[in-house]
Amino acid sequence: MKPDSSYTRRSTPLQPEPLKGKIFKRIKYESELERGFGQKIAKMAYGENLFSCIQCGTCSGTCPVSQYMDFTPRKIIMMVREGFSEDALNSLTIWLCASCYSCTVDCPKNIQITNVMYALKREAIERGIYPKKFPIPILSREFFKQVRKFGRNSETRLVINMYLKSNPFNMLKMAKMGIKLLKTGRMSLKQEMIKDRTHLSKMIDKIKQLNEEEK
Amino acid sequence: MTQYIYYPGCSVKSTGKVYEESLLSVFKYLDTPLKEIDDWNCCGATAYFSIDESEAFGLAARNLALAEKQFNGSKNLHIVAPCSACYLVLKKTQDYLNRDQELRRKIELGLNEVGLSYESFVQVRHPLDVVVNDIGLDKIKEKVTRPLRGLKVACYYGCQIVRPYRDFDHERNPMTMDNLVEALGGEPIDWPLKTRCCGGSLTGTIEEVGLRLSYIILREVRRRGADLVITTCPLCQFNLECYQERINKDFNESLEIPIIYFTQLMGLAFGISDKEIGIHRLFIPITKLAKLRKGGENVYV
Repeated sequence: MKPDSSYTRRSTPLQPEPLKGKIFKRIKYESELERGFGQKIAKMAYGENLFSCIQCGTCSGTCPVSQYMDFTPRKIIMMVREGFSEDALNSLTIWLCASCYSCTVDCPKNIQITNVMYALKREAIERGIYPKKFPIPILSREFFKQVRKFGRNSETRLVINMYLKSNPFNMLKMAKMGIKLLKTGRMSLKQEMIKDRTHLSKMIDKIKQLNEEEK
Repeated sequence: MTQYIYYPGCSVKSTGKVYEESLLSVFKYLDTPLKEIDDWNCCGATAYFSIDESEAFGLAARNLALAEKQFNGSKNLHIVAPCSACYLVLKKTQDYLNRDQELRRKIELGLNEVGLSYESFVQVRHPLDVVVNDIGLDKIKEKVTRPLRGLKVACYYGCQIVRPYRDFDHERNPMTMDNLVEALGGEPIDWPLKTRCCGGSLTGTIEEVGLRLSYIILREVRRRGADLVITTCPLCQFNLECYQERINKDFNESLEIPIIYFTQLMGLAFGISDKEIGIHRLFIPITKLAKLRKGGENVYV
């Protein structure tokens, strides 16, 4: 089969946005390290073997989005382990991870890399240092709010809320698809919800309370 | 006797409506009617896990507990979750609740608060797994009334039904759906991107990345000469089908590949009416099949 010329990688990968205007610090000092950060993330991610990483780079090679990341998964693992918490939490990498689990199944050391990414996302949201106006954390938060309140999510409302809070002009691009979806009966603006909402919130509140007691 | 209970999930109720319609009618046709869990809630998907993990496990555990409560009669209970994300989240929850006793205690206290309990005898299954491994290809072959002779099908599995739990197939080169297509009389094509990521929610959030990931898959499908793609996940189907017009514009292409659910393909081979399996809701019509059926290039029996 003749190789397809369009297969070669294009030379315009996505530029990492939040790093614009910031001077990239090349030298890291030990004083910037956060002690125990690696242990904390490893515990959150059920990944005690995070520390057995041999830096082989299999995760970065197999990741379908690594070419768009500011730090590849291999670098993130090292940064977490060594305690560069600020760089790891500010990176785009953790938000670009689409949870396809390629790295997790390929890792020769059985590190649950996808779980590490989830743990970093949670930590970033907790500390409030995720990139502002960046749509992915906004989507997660909107999703969380909707499910917490109604027990189910309504895709159309979720997407509209996300665009309103990140980039409203993007909605215009979606109009054509929206009309098509409406015509084929695949979109509704109705808020989906469960019948017994107090049932669910009572349970979640209990779990939340137990979590706080633990802290 | 094995009891199947149906957990739809949010996507299947809106943009993935077609999936539900075709799934229910195909299962009915195969004498395995599915009953929905009453008052199920969202599984938590990937987004909830980015905010609070133990709450997310709680959400999923509530569904498992509801299933066990509503069908306590049979200990051989299987939840059928068609959406890949729901399937994985429910499986993951079971796995972590077994692994982490501290987490389990917390979740159980939460469930007890509302009079539920989770005994972990329920099993989580994907309908593809049920169709091929429980109902069996022999029975399917018997039930086929209009074999899909001459139809070249690309089977796209997506990521989360085979990774990280390689429950019923290989993580890179799964064959379950290919065998199913063969049983239906079609020709599965061999291609390497069966489980490559379609972009997931990135198509809506960071288009530059998401659309490109979908484009890579569609281009490979065309290069291999497939007539259509079958999928197992509402998000994959949505990305590959609904964004196809945008992909054509952004990458200066002229792709027109029908993307359908594997249940719809089964419905077509079983001769179930188009309306029952949601063919009329597709953006891109299956022209090739119509041609074959009229006895065009290959005579259709």
